[in-house]
Order: sequence, then structure tokens, then C-alpha cells
Amino acid sequence: MSGTDDGPDGNNLPEGRDPRGELTQSRSVGGLVTTDDPRFPVADPGMEEHLPRLTDVDEKAAKRAERQVTTMFGLVPVFAIAFVVIYFAVPKTMTIDFGFLHTSALHFGLGTTLGMAILLIGIGAVQWARQLMADQEMVDERHPAVSSQADREEILAELEQGVEESQITRRKTMGYALLGAIGVVAVPFVIFLADLGPIATKKVRARTIETTIWKAGVRLVNDVTFMPLKPEDIQIGQLVNGEPANLQDLEGVERQQAMAKSPIIVVRMDPNDIKIPASRRDWQVNGILAYSKICTHVGCPISLWEQQTHHLLCPCHQSTFDLGDSGVVVFGPAARSLPQLPITVDSEGYLVAREGFTVPVGPSYFERDSRHDYKQGEN
Amino acid sequence: MAKPAATVAREADLADGKTPPKQFGPVFKAASGPAGWADERLGLASLGKHNLRKIFPDHWSFLLGEIALYSFIVLLLTGVFLTLWYQPSMDETTYDGTYQLLRGVTMSQAYSSTVHISFDIRGGLLLRQMHHWAAMLFVAAMICHSLRVFFTGAFRKPRELNWLLGVGLMGIGLIEGFAGYSLPDDLLSGTGLRFVDGLIRSIPLVGTYIEFFIFGGEYPGDLIIPRLYMAHILLIPAVILGLIAAHLALVVYHKHTQYPGPGRKESNVVGYPLFPVYMAKAGGFFFIVFGVITLMGALMQLNPVWTYGPYTPNQVTAGAQPDWYMGFVEGAIRIMPNWEWHIGGTTWSWNIFLPGVGLLTALFVIMGVYPFVERWVTGDKSEHHILDRPRNNPTRTAFGVAAMTCYGFFWMGGGNDIIATHFHVSLNNVTYFLRVAVFVGPVLAFLITKRICIGLQRASEERLLHGAESGIIIRHPSGGYEEKHTPITAEEAYTLTQHKEYVPITVGGDGTDHNGVSKRDLGKQKRRALATRFYFGDNLRKPTRAEIEEAAAHFDHDGANGHGHGELEDGHSNGHSNGHSNGHSNGHSNGHSNGQAAIGSDRDDLETADR
Repeated sequence: MSGTDDGPDGNNLPEGRDPRGELTQSRSVGGLVTTDDPRFPVADPGMEEHLPRLTDVDEKAAKRAERQVTTMFGLVPVFAIAFVVIYFAVPKTMTIDFGFLHTSALHFGLGTTLGMAILLIGIGAVQWARQLMADQEMVDERHPAVSSQADREEILAELEQGVEESQITRRKTMGYALLGAIGVVAVPFVIFLADLGPIATKKVRARTIETTIWKAGVRLVNDVTFMPLKPEDIQIGQLVNGEPANLQDLEGVERQQAMAKSPIIVVRMDPNDIKIPASRRDWQVNGILAYSKICTHVGCPISLWEQQTHHLLCPCHQSTFDLGDSGVVVFGPAARSLPQLPITVDSEGYLVAREGFTVPVGPSYFERDSRHDYKQGEN
Repeated sequence: MAKPAATVAREADLADGKTPPKQFGPVFKAASGPAGWADERLGLASLGKHNLRKIFPDHWSFLLGEIALYSFIVLLLTGVFLTLWYQPSMDETTYDGTYQLLRGVTMSQAYSSTVHISFDIRGGLLLRQMHHWAAMLFVAAMICHSLRVFFTGAFRKPRELNWLLGVGLMGIGLIEGFAGYSLPDDLLSGTGLRFVDGLIRSIPLVGTYIEFFIFGGEYPGDLIIPRLYMAHILLIPAVILGLIAAHLALVVYHKHTQYPGPGRKESNVVGYPLFPVYMAKAGGFFFIVFGVITLMGALMQLNPVWTYGPYTPNQVTAGAQPDWYMGFVEGAIRIMPNWEWHIGGTTWSWNIFLPGVGLLTALFVIMGVYPFVERWVTGDKSEHHILDRPRNNPTRTAFGVAAMTCYGFFWMGGGNDIIATHFHVSLNNVTYFLRVAVFVGPVLAFLITKRICIGLQRASEERLLHGAESGIIIRHPSGGYEEKHTPITAEEAYTLTQHKEYVPITVGGDGTDHNGVSKRDLGKQKRRALATRFYFGDNLRKPTRAEIEEAAAHFDHDGANGHGHGELEDGHSNGHSNGHSNGHSNGHSNGHSNGQAAIGSDRDDLETADR
């Protein structure tokens, strides 16, 4: 750590140094010192002259800076006390309304007083450093990151001695045994993770992601009121978010898991406006169709309905499905058609499922080949 | 008071030829007791003597990393407070707190306690918003810091490992942010979790298994929030703390890089000492960052979870978007075409896997390997402590801007629905445009940036050889006009020529040493020659000593008048500056490239031999 004097690295002629400190031959032309190093043609003129600040030469200015810093630090306790007062004095329900701005008075008061208290410590300290602390630039020499050759040799010698003393070179099997032992002892800790969750075997998949609680005869109900749906209650162009009636039998985790798969969209369209393939003719009731609400892309519940185009848009990634064409993908990153729920009417005139979904709902997964799912133009 | 006595003692000592005992100030007198006590047990004096006055260079761009560090400290502080009230449980409860609109609603305890913190804990909302703003700032500062490091070449030897630590910090920071974002279990963050479920499921071969492991069964289960909580407050912060410690230790060991300038050399560091200047400046800056985050938490609303409502798997809101730093992944997922493969009874969901896992992996792999690619191209084995001006490495700068452009278009994709609704354009067209733009945009950005850099190189050369424009127009008796130029300072001339210059290498010419190279080696060399041409082929060569001397002498002769170089007078201007720039940029660079390559590579070999 030296001062600002740059010693022989500075303006001394005829020798200069390039930025890596190598000696070069220099000469001075027109106030500029050049060097014979083709890569660094201009010699280092050395550090710039230090210009004193106003606070260095004018004691009045220094005093002023001192007063500023002291005032800032002095205001900190004021804000801190204000914080405490506001914490205990301002009721939680009090609000501040200022035009379109609206906030809790307690929140606003606590935040601004605490913020100002902290901020003033910072600004005061920086002002002190900038105005009053010495601002002479200083120079530290760097050392290459690499160790010296002597250090390298010494450590190698010591390592070698240690290896020798441990006798590992003569008793290699023992060394391998240790490595193996440490390696194997990690296995139990990996095994601990096996109970993170069930292993998604074929059987587990079949009763989880491949099935829903929909089955033949389950009524379609409104997803908020849980009132069963009747065909005559649904107008052409109307969309109803539905759930299976048996969702109400479930509690807790099972209910959440069912709700992640069983939601449906019930829409009524003019049968003359839409394409109904021959194989799905009896999946609908007078133009009322039911589709899974779960996007086949990553599983968001789809909800944005374009009545005139019969398109259903997912708000997450904008996959768009044509509900007038068996739920095929017309735009976006989803690859599979929206699964359609076959529906009919029960003896009391309510909409019910004819059977469960014929394909799994939600995102594709590796173990199932989805190429045979419904595609545009199939019958 | 004690002055006369001290003077007497000093005189007596001097008379004896002894050094007088040093007189310490009042601070030391007060601290000498405890300090001595501690030193006897900890050896503080020896520990501190090398580091207490360590020099750090001064520049605003060095503050970016500090912002990241300080916001992390704020995250730890505010996070500890939040854990006092937050309940990481997905068990259902009925809300009966202050917020009327949610009273009687069934929700998870996680969501209920988050609303409780926001409305019933005094200052709870402040802590929550400070925590969230600090997280935003943490990621933003890390990204800006990494861009600063990238564009100035601070990742070069010996700092490659520190760059990798930084890349790791950024990757883990994103995951940490996402984990925290999911904890309130509101409708928006729950939708984010559902997306993650689909993302994991898309991983070929093992996706379904990992999904069941992470969620403890079928989505959503009741384990994911407690597990994310553990990761968010224990596992990941511990890793981040460890990485930060290593990151900072390496900064101290390598000493900070510095920008070029007079007196700045590869072998030194110029700046201010840690004590007292940087303790005040950096410590003060911590409080400034802390204070600003507090004010942001007080005045700027963020993530009002009470308006979103509790998460239920059959609901979603329009305009659903993640926190901004996940926007680029979200965008990639949105604009990806719906590609799916079916092979032998399996489904490969490229439409989710590529933009999700693939893009994140690509980003961090490319960032991680870049320093090593550039080192292979330059073949430079020396240490670098003087930062590059971005213009002096146009290809690197262009790469960086291209990557930023690509990121930007992906990020825009994350808001394609917002763009469509706000600007009344077709959502489909926005998506189609972005599908092309993420590929074409970076190429254009690369070409434009490279040209701008080379233009800036010319501007630097112009200043070096022709001086600075004085703004004074002189009219000649003949009627012509010219602008007076003034010579630049020696300091600036040195700054402009201080960078290390790389030149393209040639194979089979006289440029490289190839005594008995095999065919494979030749191929390797050819590849490298091509890479160096791509990297440095268009660079402006530094003016030679002769050119600089000539220009300086020119000023000398003309005295203060400064014979014009940017004349408005036609004939003169053409004759002089065109002649010069041709001769320089073309003739000079081509003419010299072979010869200089030899010098360049010899020098590099010498540098390694020195070791």
C-alpha cells in the first residue's frame, strides 16, 4: 500500500512501462509519451493529479458538510420514535385517501418512518465519506493468483510425504475400500428419498392421473352452487362451469385432487353450426356438450369463451380449442384435443355423464401414447 | 494539556537516539482495553493488517453486485420476521380475520396466515412487501451485475471460477424466488405451481415419477407447500449464503478489477481503502438499499394476494403471469409450437420441455461456458485486471446484446395476452411475430451492435489522432471553414490505447508456429483461425507509434491553431481524412495482421513460459 506517487512508472523518460508493467523505450512528442511496444503505443502518464474538494480547502464548506451529516444522523432517532408512536397510536382500520391513492394509514406511517430512518443513516455515511474522508486515490500492487513455484514444490513435497506416511501407496486395497465405503454410505440417504411420494407405476397412474370421479350416471352440477343442470336451463351460446355431483362427497386432499381433474365446461351451441363426428353423436344433448376444463398443455383451468367462434382460450398460455369441433387445438402450445365428456339426460331430466372421460384429462405424460386421441377431421 | 510534557519526553528520546513512542488518538485510548483483550485471543492485528486498508476501485457499475448482496441481507432479515407468523400448511381453515371480503371463505392455512400477516399484524404488510420487493431487486441486481461483468470482460482469467459461482447464484436465486412466490398459496401462485407440475411432467422418461415424488402423490396433495417452505427458508438460503461467501472471498483474493485509466495497470489496483472510505461508502450504501426497499414496501403495492383469493384447482384468473424474472420462461412456453412426439407407446412433450427445462438449461450452460470459449478463441493465458471497454471487444459485446434481445423477446412473449389487449392487436399475430423474432432479432442485434462498436472504435481513434472537437469554427480568408481541434490529454490517450489487442491468426502462413503439425492439429488450428477471424477480423487496429507521434507533432507544429481535420472545406477534407482512414483501417489492418499475429502469439507463449 503506497501513496499516489507512481515512482519509475510515471513520466520518467526514456523508460516507460506498458499496462503489464513491462519496460519499454519511450520518447515524448508533443506532450505525449509514446513507447516502442507496438501493442501499447502510449506510455502510462501516471495517476491524475489530485484535485482538492471544496471541503478540503474551505473549512466553512467542511463545517457545512459536517452539519449536514450530523443532521441526517440526528433525524434517525426522530423517525424511529415516530415509528413507535405510530405503531401503538394509529388504529389498523384508519385509511389514507388521496385522489386515486388509497392505503392503510398504519402501513404508510410505519413504512415511511422506518424507510427514512434507515435511508438517512446511509445517506449520512456516504456524504461523510464523499465530503470529509480523505479522497486521495491509493495504489495496491497485485500479485498473480498463482502460487509461487517454491510454494508449489513445497506443498507437493508435503503431500507426497503425507501420502507416504499414510502408507496408502503400499496398501491400495485399503484405500479403495475407504472410497467405496464412503460412496456406499450415501446410498441410504438417497433411499430415504424413496418415500417422498408413491412411485408412479402403471397401477398408481391408473388410479390417479388417468382417471377422474366421473362415471356413468353422475350428475353435472354448477361448480359454485352445486345445483344439478337441466338442458332447458342452458341457452344457446351459454357456458356453465361444472363439476360432478359426487365431488361433494370428498373432503380435504382428495377433494383438491378431484377438483384438479374433474372440472368441466358445459356449453350449448346450435347443432347446425357445429361439427359433431358420427362417433360422438350421442355424447351430446341437443347441442349441449361437456368438455374437460383442464388444459391439455400444462393443466390450467380454461375459462375464456368466445361465444361466436366457439373457441375456448386458456388464460395461462393461450392454447385455443374449438368446442364446435370436438375440442381440437386451433392455436397455441397445447398438443392434444380437449377431452369430451359423453353426456345424456337421466330419468328426472338432469344432465348426467354417459360414462367417464375416455382419455386422461390434463397434460400429456411420457408413459401414455396420446397419438390416438381425437384429432381434427376424425369421425 | 499534555502537550508540553510530551514534547519534553520526545526531546529526551531523541537525545538518546530512541524512537519516540507513537501517540495515538482518543479512539485508540478508548478501544485499547477491549481490543487488546480480543487480540490476545483472536490475533486480530495480524488478521487485519493486510485487509483493513485494502484498496477498492470506485465506479458506479461496481455497485450492482452490492445491491444484490444487500437485498439478500434484507431478504434474510424480513424473512425471519415473516416466519414468525406464516403457517406452511395446506390444511383447510375458514378465514375470520379483519379483511371482510374473505370472511367465511375456506382456504389453506398458508393463505389464511398470509392474509393475517397483511391485515392483522401491525407492519406485517410492510414486511411482506419489503420481502417481495427485495426479492425482485435481488434478481434484477444479479442480472445487471452479470451483464456488467460480461460486457467488461471481468470474467476473464483469473476470475472464471467466480463467474461460475455467479451463474450458480443467479440460477438458484430464480428457484428461490419462485419457491417464495408459491408460498402464499393464492390463486395466482397456485396456478404457477400447477404450471410447474405440468413442466415436471413433461420431462421425458422420468417426468411422471419426479412429479409424484415432489408433490408426494397426485397434484396438488398437501405436501408441496411445507416442502417448498423448507427449501425456501433453509436449504436454498444456506446454499446461497455459501456461494456468496465464496464469491466475496474470491473478490478479496483477486482484488477488484478496474477500468482503464492513467496509473491503472494490470499489476496494480487504484482506489480508496476499505477503512475508512469503503466501510462508510459500502456500509452507507447498504442502508440506502435497505431504506429504499423499505420505502418501496411502504409506497408501492406488490402482489396483493387478498384480491386474488385462495387457490382452488378449478379456478384461474385472466392475465395470469409469474413474477417478472420467470417471464422469459413463461414467454417461451407460450410461443412454442405444439410439438409432440409419439415413439413406441410414449409421448415426448417438446412443447413444454424445450421452452421450459431446455431454455433454462441452455441459458445457464451458455453463460457457464462462455469464458472458456472466449479464452479458447483468444488463446490468452495471461491475467486480466483492467476491464475492457465494451467497444474494444465488439463480438463479445454483440453476443451479449444478441442474448439480451433474445431474452427480451421471450420476456415479451410472457405478456403476449397483455400486449394483444392493450395495443388492440391479434394475440395470434403477436405470437407468430415472436416465434420469428426470437431467432431473427438476436442476429440483427448482433450485426448492429458490432457495427456500433466498430464505429465507436473509430470515434476513439479520431480523438486519439485528431484531437477533440473544440466547437470553434474558423473561417479562412479563402472562404473555407474548419473546426478547431484540440489535442486530448496524455491520460485520455493512454486510456484509449490501454486495451489488449487481439488479431486474427492465419494457418499455414508465417503467423503460427507449426513445426510438424498433424492433420488433426491443422484442423484444430483452422477452426481457431476461423474463430479469431470472426471475433477480431473487423476490429480497428490501434494506431501505431509513428501515427500517434505524427499526429502529436502535427498539433505541435500548428500550435494552438490545430490544423483542422474535420474541415468543412471539401477538397482538404477529402484529401486528408479519407486518405488517412483508408490507409489506416484497410491497409493497416490487412497489412499488419500477419506480422502482428506472430507477435501476438509469441507474446502469449512467452507469458506462459514466464510462469
